Amino acid sequence: MEYLIQIYTGGAMEAWERLSESEKDSVSQEYFTISDEPGVNGGAQLQPPDTATTVRVQDGRTLTTDGPFAETKEALGGYYLLEAADLDAAIELAGRIPAARMGGAVEVRPLVPR
Amino acid sequence: MVGFLGDFDRAEEAAQEAFAIAAERWPRTGTPENPAAWLIVTARNRAIDRIRRDRKIQPHGELPDVPDTVQELPDEQSEFPDERLELFFTCAHPSLSLEAQVALTLRAVGGLSTPEIARAFLVSEPTMAQRLVRAKRKISSAGIPFRIPPAHLLPDRLAAVLTVVYLIFNEGYDGRAGLAGEAIRLGASLAETMPDEPEVNALLALMLLTEARRPARFHDGELVLLADQDRGLWDERMLRSGREALARARALQSSAPPGPYLVQAEIAALHASGEQRWPQIVERYGQLAAITGSPVVELNRAVAIAESEGAAAGLAATEGLDLDGYHYLHSTRADLLRRLGRAGEARLAYERALELVRTEPERRFLERRLAEL
Repeated sequence: MEYLIQIYTGGAMEAWERLSESEKDSVSQEYFTISDEPGVNGGAQLQPPDTATTVRVQDGRTLTTDGPFAETKEALGGYYLLEAADLDAAIELAGRIPAARMGGAVEVRPLVPR
Repeated sequence: MVGFLGDFDRAEEAAQEAFAIAAERWPRTGTPENPAAWLIVTARNRAIDRIRRDRKIQPHGELPDVPDTVQELPDEQSEFPDERLELFFTCAHPSLSLEAQVALTLRAVGGLSTPEIARAFLVSEPTMAQRLVRAKRKISSAGIPFRIPPAHLLPDRLAAVLTVVYLIFNEGYDGRAGLAGEAIRLGASLAETMPDEPEVNALLALMLLTEARRPARFHDGELVLLADQDRGLWDERMLRSGREALARARALQSSAPPGPYLVQAEIAALHASGEQRWPQIVERYGQLAAITGSPVVELNRAVAIAESEGAAAGLAATEGLDLDGYHYLHSTRADLLRRLGRAGEARLAYERALELVRTEPERRFLERRLAEL
């Protein structure tokens, strides 16, 4: 089964700022390690929400607004694309994502199979 | 069948079709030698046919992977896997909402109909039907596995199953008897399939020891206080079963510290002993409070302290409990204040309790007490 693991930084950003350099390195390494796991087919950290642009099309005209679709503090921070045997396996991986224990949240959503 | 097909609805459909065929055919051809085996094989084959037909319509959809047909009749011993445990755990998966867990457990494990479950939880039938549909869809779309959880997940997952069963016992409403009988059946089923788990046996004991005393709690629709209850109305057979389950739970727990259901079962057993064992009950509630950190448990302990050491001590034990929205806090304080002769404060407490009370017998009881002040 394929899942999109969505990482919402939320309060994790403040927790991150308070870490020492070596602690930051350690957390970053955890993210890289997860990236390299079998079943993880992609992933990235997103640049901060204020770098986002939201696009809509109305009456044939493309409208852009500055900023993310969701509230800044609820905007997406990163993702992984995971292939796992079942939801329990996906939950297990999600639980290891640093943001989940640092005040953020991780959403696990199955993809529609093509 | 669910394990084979990975899908509740298909399993249900296939089973119904097999029964229908049997009902039509067996009177003519005679009952097969192994009727259960016949039913299972027929159900599987009907399901396979249905899936193949659906595949033609929807070639790339999410359909289960099944063998072409199932021909051989399984022998006596084999594979009618008892899927009850897998069902219990799947229905109580933490990714489902609690109300979905309860509804699904009653439907899939308990075999209750949708209207029965809707009535029990005081929601409309369409609402309950929707709740079940969504839950089943989530199980298949999100890939909730159909299995007994691996060892590292088992403690938490088992706790969730027990929570669901106990919730059904306490919250299911069906006239006066509630869904207690259903919850006890579920608890017994669980104890049959997981006989070595102390908390499973303890929950069954707790439910039996509590339910056995129900007939004494009401008289003509009015609440009867514990002290005034007629022990002659207790169900002795249920008490015996409850005590047996409690003995099994104690033996399995042995010297390890008891879990919450075992402590609660011990309390129920103390109440059911027919003697005034309030000091022991106080101690058990203290044990339970330490495990759960629950202010409701502290309130129960305060009530037991009042019985054991007097109203003043009981009242002191209700101080500082963060339960302002809970009518039992106020009705308890009202009663203790009344016993201490503090009528003015008792009145305020009864009035606050009446603002929050939820059932008619309890309302009438509180109004009578208020009037007597």
